[in-house]
Amino acid sequence: MKSGTTIYLYELAWILPSIALPVGMLVALAVTAFGAGIHLPSDAGRVDPTRVTEQPPFDRLGVRHVAPGQYEVSMLAQVWAFGPGEIRVPAGSTVHFRVTSKDVVHGFWIPRANVNVMVLPGQIAHVEARFERPGEYPIICHEYCGIAHHVMSGKVIVEPRS
Amino acid sequence: MTPATASELRDRPLGPEARMMGAYLTVALVALFGGVVTGLLQALDHAGINLYPWVSPFIKSYYHGLTVHGVLNVLVWTTFFICGFLPYLTARALERPLARRRLGWATFWLMTAGLALAAIPIMGNAATVMFTFYPPLKAHWAFYVGLTLVVAGTWLVALNLVLTYRAWRRDHPARRTPLPAFMSLVAFVMWTIASLGLAAEMLFLLIPWSLGLVAGTDALLARSLFWFTGHPIVYFWLLPAYVSWYTLAPRQAGGKLFSDPLARTSFLLFLVLSTPLGFHHQYTDPGIHRGWKLLHAFLTFAVFFPSLLTFFNVTASLESGARARGGKGWIAWFGKLPWGDPSLAAQVLAMLLFTLGGAGGLINASYNLNLVVHNSAWIPGHLHLTVGTAVTLTFMGITYWLVPTLCGRALLGRRLALAQVWLWFVGMAIFSHAMHQLGLMGAPRRTMLGAAPYVQPEWAATMRWVGVGGSILFVSSLLYFVVIGGTLLASRRPAPAPPEFAEALSGPDHSPLVLDRWRPWLVLAAVLIAIAYGPTLVRLATTTPLITPGLRVW
Repeated sequence: MKSGTTIYLYELAWILPSIALPVGMLVALAVTAFGAGIHLPSDAGRVDPTRVTEQPPFDRLGVRHVAPGQYEVSMLAQVWAFGPGEIRVPAGSTVHFRVTSKDVVHGFWIPRANVNVMVLPGQIAHVEARFERPGEYPIICHEYCGIAHHVMSGKVIVEPRS
Repeated sequence: MTPATASELRDRPLGPEARMMGAYLTVALVALFGGVVTGLLQALDHAGINLYPWVSPFIKSYYHGLTVHGVLNVLVWTTFFICGFLPYLTARALERPLARRRLGWATFWLMTAGLALAAIPIMGNAATVMFTFYPPLKAHWAFYVGLTLVVAGTWLVALNLVLTYRAWRRDHPARRTPLPAFMSLVAFVMWTIASLGLAAEMLFLLIPWSLGLVAGTDALLARSLFWFTGHPIVYFWLLPAYVSWYTLAPRQAGGKLFSDPLARTSFLLFLVLSTPLGFHHQYTDPGIHRGWKLLHAFLTFAVFFPSLLTFFNVTASLESGARARGGKGWIAWFGKLPWGDPSLAAQVLAMLLFTLGGAGGLINASYNLNLVVHNSAWIPGHLHLTVGTAVTLTFMGITYWLVPTLCGRALLGRRLALAQVWLWFVGMAIFSHAMHQLGLMGAPRRTMLGAAPYVQPEWAATMRWVGVGGSILFVSSLLYFVVIGGTLLASRRPAPAPPEFAEALSGPDHSPLVLDRWRPWLVLAAVLIAIAYGPTLVRLATTTPLITPGLRVW
């Protein structure tokens, strides 16, 4: 039978690393967030969900070239498609996506580019991604949005630089 | 000795508590059955086998079945089991009846009526909105009202527990609260605080809107209120499993609880930390500033600490049992646990898979790492290790002693029960691994992948494994119902005594008095919630126009 003191020492021997482990992981998290600049989506403003297509930037959907290597995309999600459903940019571009929903909650996921944001009616979802390698990047709606949710997808086509 | 008759049960001091437990368990088991049948359909869809045309009179679509699966397994099976089990354990631990037995029965019937009300639109495909019911998807009002009644019922269970505890406290002013009763109270008090978000969403947004009293709603406000409750609800399901791991499993393993004070500490930390971290489910939501998301990430890591304490304490307790049975070595003692007991085997296997679930949970919680997995198939893979195994397999293990105790008949088919437990473990390991992998390859969750145009050729093999794992789980659950049904109908031997509560190596008298106080911990919980949620919820509630119209798109 272990005495009370032995039990206390065992407890302490576990408690200290149990604090050190989450703290260490938090440090790693802070380094990637602030050191490497990998951030989550944040507050990017509201739109009136009943009149989306009358308000900028959703009055002109599509791709805009704003500076060398910089593109802006305004996109509307609705059951069960992204508009536009296909985007073309040259390799090496940085793309700023602004997406909102005309109806229910959708998702905007480009797995190959680590783009992952919820698309809510009334909110502007703003994410940016850099596309280095030419190829097709599927855009997938990853939130249940009704009976044909599984067909809702689009693509980013990254073209080789000429 | 013959099996106890109903009148003998009634004459036992805690007979009514046992019958109440039986009533809750009956509803829970029906829900579990409905959930596993629909679950099989989903797993087979991923393997390329579409059975939905065959079940179309009952289940109209993949998403209809998925809603049934989620609501029944994740909400009903867990909640009804817990509302029976924790009051039953509390009454046993305090050695006194519930303070208000009539209220107890009224609560059961309120919850069951609420469930029946919600079941009408769910079964009728008028509430195919998943168990998260994100508006502006708009279900029939009976869905929201019914679920709200179930939540109100859980508050009445909490009230009954508090009254019972206070009556006990009046009679025993100087004693430490017995551990099972203390833990049950913590679980219900934590849940009552946490459920305020869901209650607000139902009462102020969804019910008036579904009844046509207000024209619109708002997706972000509703999600924020939902996830206020949506993460701590996981602890509401998990803590009762912990109660069994801490207070019964050590004894079932032939040992003692390692440390009672450490167990209390861990539960009080769950009380304080379970709620102010729900934004980690909304990391990718627009409209919430990322600074608040980072704070919730910190608090999520903090709640990892009491989980680690639990891991240590429960493992050390099992080890004490295995060593008493002749176990040796650092690791080899594990084999000396009483693996022939299906009740303990279920719980230990549940713990094993839960360690993987806990590690995966840390990945989900890791702020920007969440971008890789959010809403991918990884997430249901994770949820099936936590709710689907740590909770469900533990509850199944509990019923292997509880059902015999309640009906007075010994478990029929111990070997079959052992096979059931191991099949669940193997099936879940396969299913969950495949789902995690699919998520990393880019497959979304809650999606009829069998019909999706973007499925990549390299996903095919993994999708078949989802079907294999799901089928093994289905076979396991059928065995489970055979064992339970056989025990109820065909067992002729009298039930053995139920497992006693475990003694502790380091007992309650070693714990500082503050661990038996409520006020400081409740104040701390309220302060943390006010800091973590206050500014964002106040901003959203005061500035959000409720103008988004509802839609039925299924």
